[in-house]
Amino acid sequence: MNDESQQLAVTSDQDVVRVRQLVRASAVAVKLSLVDQTKIVTAASELARNTLVYGGGGSVEVAQVDNGRRKGIRIVFADQGPGIADLDLAFTDGYTSGGGLGLGLSGARRLVDEFSIETGVGEGTSITVTKWCR
Amino acid sequence: MDRVPVLKIGDILLVSIQIDMEDQVALQLQEDLADRIVSTGCHGVIIDISALDIVDSFVGRTLATIASISKVLDAETVVVGMRPAVAITLVELGLSLPGIRTALNVELGMDLLARERRERGDDGDFSDYTGGGVDGGETPAVPAS
Repeated sequence: MNDESQQLAVTSDQDVVRVRQLVRASAVAVKLSLVDQTKIVTAASELARNTLVYGGGGSVEVAQVDNGRRKGIRIVFADQGPGIADLDLAFTDGYTSGGGLGLGLSGARRLVDEFSIETGVGEGTSITVTKWCR
Repeated sequence: MDRVPVLKIGDILLVSIQIDMEDQVALQLQEDLADRIVSTGCHGVIIDISALDIVDSFVGRTLATIASISKVLDAETVVVGMRPAVAITLVELGLSLPGIRTALNVELGMDLLARERRERGDDGDFSDYTGGGVDGGETPAVPAS
């Protein structure tokens, strides 16, 4: 199902910029609409920053996918950080354990079509998001 | 690290963000603007984001912080040139940027600042600059005789 995927390490501010650029290029390649490109790049920016700031760095994998009916883009954000203890709280608009606005996780989920998260205290966090062409 | 230039045009500071900013670059811009507002005594700040293809929560928060800092330093901030797709995404993300003045382009942003300044009854007159070019020349308060 994965046509091709590219992986980037996220350990600095510059890497977050690189993630945005890679996601943008992939979103253009699968012909997402301009608004959907903007949404997935914005979501990727939020989640990559989370990987960096809360996860202590990690990796991002961007893949172009095809479910037979539609093309899309799938991104996996993985870190080996402290994990998220209370997911309900983490998804609450305005809640932040850091210095942000508390919109990253909840906002990113609204901007994509599919969102899944695996996390455990001390086990790191892995978030997978998908955006499909309309 | 890249740096976003701050241009002085009459009584306005103009910032046109042309790069995909790292977070540190956005924070540096925040500091640079505060310094320039104080050193120039400008009463208006225009931030042109027409070249930005996304505004995430970090950049959105930085814009809001810049607007608040400017206000405390007696300057109004107008964010101009937001792309439609960026506006749609920002609102869906949950950021409606309350407290930030916006205009569709730099010219309308200058009009907005000039109008507000007149309503406040200040002597400083933006209107000299709204129709004119952007030559950045200093205008003496008292004409040289």
